[in-house]
Amino acid sequence: MSEDKNNELLQHLLEKQKAAPLKPAERFEIPGRDMPEQNPDVRRTNVSEVALGYTETQARIEAMRCLQCKKAPCMKGCPVKIRIADFVAAITEGEYDQALAIIKENSLLPSVCGRVCPQEVQCQETCTVGLKFKDPTKAVSIGRLERFVADLGRNSDALPAVAPDTGMKVAIIGSGPGGIVAAADTRRAGHDVTVFEAFHKPGGVMVYGIPEFRLPKAIVQEEIDTLTKMGVKIVCNFVVGRTRTIEQLMKEDGFDAVYIGVGAGLPRFMGIEGESLVGVFSANEYLTRANLMRAYDYGKGADTPIVSSKKVAVVGGGNVAIDSARTAVRLGAEKVYLVYRRTEKEMPARVEEVHHAKQEGIEFHILQSPKRIIGDENSRVTAIECLKYELGEPDDSGRRRPLPIEGSEFTLDVDTVIIAIGNGANPLLAQTTPGLEFNKWGNIVVDENCKTS
Amino acid sequence: MPHKIISKKQLSEDVFTAEVEAPLIAQARKPGQFVIISLNNEYSERIPLTIAGADVDKGTITLIWQRVGKTTAEMADLKQGDEIANVAGPLGRPTHIEKFGSVVCVGGGIGNAPLLPITRALKKAGNKITSILGARTRELMILEEEFAQTSDELIITTDDGSHGRKALVTEPLEELCRRDEKPARAFVIGPAIMMKFCCAVTKRFDVPTQVSLNTIMVDGTGMCGGCRIEFDNKPKFVCVDGPEFDGHKVNFDLMMKRLDAYKELEQERHEKYKEHRCKIGLDQ
Ligand SMILES: Cc1cc2nc3c(=O)[nH]c(=O)nc-3n(C[C@H](O)[C@H](O)[C@H](O)COP(=O)(O)OP(=O)(O)OC[C@H]3O[C@@H](n4cnc5c(N)ncnc54)[C@H](O)[C@@H]3O)c2cc1C
Ligand SMILES: Cc1cc2nc3c(=O)[nH]c(=O)nc-3n(C[C@H](O)[C@H](O)[C@H](O)COP(=O)(O)OP(=O)(O)OC[C@H]3O[C@@H](n4cnc5c(N)ncnc54)[C@H](O)[C@@H]3O)c2cc1C
Ligand code: SF4
Ligand code: SF4
Ligand code: FES
Repeated sequence: MSEDKNNELLQHLLEKQKAAPLKPAERFEIPGRDMPEQNPDVRRTNVSEVALGYTETQARIEAMRCLQCKKAPCMKGCPVKIRIADFVAAITEGEYDQALAIIKENSLLPSVCGRVCPQEVQCQETCTVGLKFKDPTKAVSIGRLERFVADLGRNSDALPAVAPDTGMKVAIIGSGPGGIVAAADTRRAGHDVTVFEAFHKPGGVMVYGIPEFRLPKAIVQEEIDTLTKMGVKIVCNFVVGRTRTIEQLMKEDGFDAVYIGVGAGLPRFMGIEGESLVGVFSANEYLTRANLMRAYDYGKGADTPIVSSKKVAVVGGGNVAIDSARTAVRLGAEKVYLVYRRTEKEMPARVEEVHHAKQEGIEFHILQSPKRIIGDENSRVTAIECLKYELGEPDDSGRRRPLPIEGSEFTLDVDTVIIAIGNGANPLLAQTTPGLEFNKWGNIVVDENCKTS
Repeated sequence: MPHKIISKKQLSEDVFTAEVEAPLIAQARKPGQFVIISLNNEYSERIPLTIAGADVDKGTITLIWQRVGKTTAEMADLKQGDEIANVAGPLGRPTHIEKFGSVVCVGGGIGNAPLLPITRALKKAGNKITSILGARTRELMILEEEFAQTSDELIITTDDGSHGRKALVTEPLEELCRRDEKPARAFVIGPAIMMKFCCAVTKRFDVPTQVSLNTIMVDGTGMCGGCRIEFDNKPKFVCVDGPEFDGHKVNFDLMMKRLDAYKELEQERHEKYKEHRCKIGLDQ
């Protein structure tokens, strides 16, 4: 819809609202606002953000779709319990500062969450409007509205209030979203907080994993700057367990508490033939080269190389797989296949991103899984052999178990294979922290208060 | 926190050494460990370099590097007082040091640098040390004096015979293995091809052999898998499982191919940097 039409609609709704509050039926009639996006053919060739963000008019119309439900079911779906109905109401009134203040009561990272939260399985899954249309993508676009006010407020200097010094020292290990939220909360409570990060830049997955076209790095940097302005110290190139152990931090360096937010570690491989060939990458490596090391600027300043691929197979169906596939497109690959062993319905990736990936020409190979990777005499990848699958009985997770169809092998000619089937726990802290309990998967054991040993 | 270069020296045509400020790493490091450095925050590559030595009182670590590509060439152009933006570590598992009896330490080219702290620690633990150092030619031999000080016996080889014996390191290694009292253990660090052939020798004589692998790395903390090798037919990550491995189980052929993965891109980049150096007058 053109901006003029949007304006007309908004004026019309505001007039109506002046006469009497809109009835639910009237609100249901307002069509949801689509997100303005970069054209797929154009964005294939750049790394700029795909979703451009609502205009003010679009945001206010979208906000009017909210029914202001008494029980606010949307809030139950939100892990940080943002007062959604209230901030959305503030947007209808045009009170954007107030809307942002409400969000910031509970969340330090609204411009990040508004972009990358899987809303369709969180706040928007339980939204009454979405339930009415039996489709969470037709719910009130809470995430987009959150992003709208967060982006408007990006230039403001307002900082979260910090309580008087408690004299307690807290160490936060890892500067991903987990670490950042923990740092902000403990700092707000008045503790002396230091974040230790192994990489040379803070941000965790937000800087090394999630691509620029989905989450601009400048936004992440602003969130980090907010932390620093609140008085949180950030120490990069500090590998806890190696530079100093947790024991040293607590016994010698005077830290009273340590929060471990190191994210996932070792990338999983499939254990199939050919996985060590040149041209096979974990998604972590591929994305780190592309994002953190900015390999898309190789030859234009950046020093870290990345393969120049023509045909790429990405294995997996989560956000990480989709991000890898879309990154490969932007790095110039002519053909990108996404190989996933269940069906599209079971893909853990966000619906919106699956949609974007298809628009960008990524070819989905569902109910297929690699059997082996084939290389030439120089050990470089030339093809991937896959098996076709069908769905059998439901497994423990309630999803129907994919079963291989015997004799269904076929090959795809590719020069690059990216494995995106998840991560195991990082062994580093386990190796170097005696007394911390790890379960058999290497994850840290916590009691019901989330305290570790 | 940037890391100041306290002193810098050229050891041979392409090999340089520097003492770099890094007090916490100096305290924590053990033989066999390495750091990952990058020269600036925006665009520089992260490269692994072994910690060749450390001075806890001065709060410095010693790095020794060979100019092979752009980043190591840029480092060679740094001067005393300049800063390295990022130094992270110490990374990797430390070498397992104990009294084995008599051991042989074999270094090839720049491999002498990572081998030195291990040799020193082995000596300190009471081992009888035979060191074999190899280089293509006399000018490329580094750290000979340091090894002379920590070894009970020192054998030098060059490919062209310009210094020491005209031989590859595998020759004296094989002779040692044939002695009545063969080495209880071998430590071999050098180019992949040299480690491969040394391991072939020690395997024949059943001498357990530690190698230190120099794969391409990105993060150095186990997150990317770019450093993986095939060990005993299974994948291992050099940065967290290594960098040292039982050399008899390493698939060196595959490792060498993985090392060359970016060769053309890297060469192009290095050539560009050399041109740039000429233009700004770093090359007199
Ligand atoms: C490509 C990709 C896309 C994703 N997309 C989405 C999405 O769209 N929506 C969504 O909800 N989730 C998404 N996720 C998942 C989400 O990002 C993660 O669940 C979340 O980032 C986890 O945050 P974290 O802080 O626990 O870990 P991380 O963000 O991984 O941060 C951990 C940090 O700790 C550091 N660290 C590790 N070990 C040490 C140590 N010993 N010492 C010091 N520092 C250390 C690491 O370097 C890292 O910076 C995505 C993940 C990836 C990889
Ligand atoms: C654990 C570890 C410890 C190391 N310690 C030292 C050390 O103490 N001193 C030292 O000089 N080097 C060491 N290296 C090797 C060093 O990291 C590489 O030489 C460096 O990354 C090259 O960077 P560049 O940008 O200058 O060259 P690039 O342009 O990246 O590479 C130039 C050429 O060198 C080769 N090369 C690339 N990466 C490596 C590598 N990791 N190892 C060997 N050859 C490579 C390639 O064939 C390439 O064509 C170590 C490597 C590892 C993994
Ligand atoms: S987008 Fe995320 S943070 Fe925001 S309301 Fe929804 S679930 Fe909560
Ligand atoms: S559930 Fe949906 S309609 Fe109801 S208050 Fe929340 S956002 Fe508004
Ligand atoms: S360098 Fe990334 S896992 Fe080893």
